[in-house]
Amino acid sequence: MTEFLQQLVNGLSLGAIYALIALGYTMVYGVLRFINFAHSEVFMVGAMIGLGLGRHLPEGTLWGGLVVLTAAMAGSALLGVTIERLVYRPLRGTATLNVLITAIGVSLLLQSVFQHPQVFGATPQLFPAVFPVKKIGFGDLVISSNQLVVITVAALLIVVLQLVVFRTRMGTAMRAVALNPQAAQLVGVNLNAVISFTFALGSALAGAGGVLYALNYPSVEPLMGVMPGLKAFVAAVLGGIGSIPGAALGGLILGTVETLVGGSAALSTYKDAIAFAVLILILLCRPTGLLGRSTAEKV
Amino acid sequence: MKSLVKKSETLLSVESKIKNPKSKIPGAHVALFAALLMAGGVAFFAGRIDPYHLDVLTNIGINVILAVSLNLVNGHTGQFSLGHAGFMSVGAYLSAAVTLHFVPKLFGEDGGGTLATGALFLAALLTGGLASALAGLLVGIPSLRLRGDYLAIVTLGFGQIIVVMFQNLEPLGGALGLNGIPPYTTVFWVLAFAALTVFTIGCLVRSTYGRGFLAVRDDEVAAAAIGLDTTRYKIVAFVVGAFFAGIAGGLYAHFRLTITPGGFDFTKSIEIVVMVILGGMGNTLGVILAAVLLTLLPEVLRPVAEYRMILYSFLLIMLMLVRPQGLFNFKPGKAKP
Repeated sequence: MTEFLQQLVNGLSLGAIYALIALGYTMVYGVLRFINFAHSEVFMVGAMIGLGLGRHLPEGTLWGGLVVLTAAMAGSALLGVTIERLVYRPLRGTATLNVLITAIGVSLLLQSVFQHPQVFGATPQLFPAVFPVKKIGFGDLVISSNQLVVITVAALLIVVLQLVVFRTRMGTAMRAVALNPQAAQLVGVNLNAVISFTFALGSALAGAGGVLYALNYPSVEPLMGVMPGLKAFVAAVLGGIGSIPGAALGGLILGTVETLVGGSAALSTYKDAIAFAVLILILLCRPTGLLGRSTAEKV
Repeated sequence: MKSLVKKSETLLSVESKIKNPKSKIPGAHVALFAALLMAGGVAFFAGRIDPYHLDVLTNIGINVILAVSLNLVNGHTGQFSLGHAGFMSVGAYLSAAVTLHFVPKLFGEDGGGTLATGALFLAALLTGGLASALAGLLVGIPSLRLRGDYLAIVTLGFGQIIVVMFQNLEPLGGALGLNGIPPYTTVFWVLAFAALTVFTIGCLVRSTYGRGFLAVRDDEVAAAAIGLDTTRYKIVAFVVGAFFAGIAGGLYAHFRLTITPGGFDFTKSIEIVVMVILGGMGNTLGVILAAVLLTLLPEVLRPVAEYRMILYSFLLIMLMLVRPQGLFNFKPGKAKP
């Protein structure tokens, strides 16, 4: 039982990170209807910024950790907006597949730039413990303070995001664009501003996810975003792509299931397949995901 | 007025092509024969060609098979699949398993004659292809009910699952992969199979039956409305595409001599998809040219090895920005959204 609870806690902290990344996928999909494959590299860059800054700050202080987190979020947001402005905006209105391939190109570009020895190189580097490290025990159950940080920060950010999307003018504009971009423009929504804002928001969350992921698995390398990115995308589809609570829920489910399965000895080597098996099952039973709204196709 | 006349002329020529589809086929047969002769010719002079150039040529051939077979699914039938490398791995593993198992039993130490090994290799390739087609059927039946991005992500998922399964199959080497595969792949085999793939898929798409693929791509609802079994067309495209991907996998395994599950992951699938899109979806000649170009590009960039991937991805982005309809798509009209 303790073993199960322990795995559950581990799963929740992994799931919280998946949820943060999944939110970015889902928001961009909501307004632009395309899969932003470069999102996993924004996540990686977030962790890199955290690494670069964390080395110059004293380890194990709360303010240091928060500074690293904020800087990574700001840097990632800037990167996301820049990518959108330079690459996706000129392609807006062309075939979705072209944008998809361009996104893959951006993703490859960021990976290969960071793999260049003068930028970072291919070898993983240790991520400093920027937050205070403690082990908290409840009976046999041990929760590391990092896991608490991950879960708290993720929960806070998701609540803030929910407030932004449902309580602010910009959030209303975002939802309007997601429903119908043309109609939104007709009533005076500035499409470009909304899209830039969406990218900034989603990328900031991915940057936070990058730092939190690097804290829990303390190493950073240029390809670190690929698998979490893919799984977070699966989480977004699982929850119903375009739906913000869906992405959070999908991330939590995926992280938990994956950790529980990975924890059992017999199935641990199939860990990476589990995410996709879950996805396929859900999509076959409910093709719009758990919380996605099904829309009738108009002919 | 002039443009109108031109338009009606092209319409007429299209109509005459539809009315006499047979007039196209002998030409295709001649082309296949010529391509096979050329493959034989290249193989005959292979001894005099620089081995490096032969390697590049082999790579090009394998990539042409992969790209053209994926083009049937993505381009002609309009079903976006991201799991092609998964099917390639099924073919690679199965055919390598066949040769690794039967070569010592049948030929012992001396390795057998050219004819015997050739027959065995062919059997191994076909086994790989058929196994891959079966995998395509198993994956296709559930997933082809989905559309667009969902289909893409499910095929991606199946591709990853196939890779993880190979990682866990100890008889097939597990995560370390298979080693010591006999070097049966020659330039002749590769070029011949590339020509056969282009020919078969070209004839299939041009046949009366094959028009169904294009109909499903252009408008699925309309295709269903005139009585086409759209799901069946999609599955057929998927299975045929998987078969040729399996063949390409077999050729790749007997060319590289070592295969690992990691070599067939998501990145490999993306590489093939990029060839199809760059060539202009559904445009066979363009896809072949793109496969050649994208195989040559890393080779050309070899002198600047450190910046190779950076330049490759940068060129990819620039190409998509400058020619979104595909590099080799010269048809007028804009790309379909």
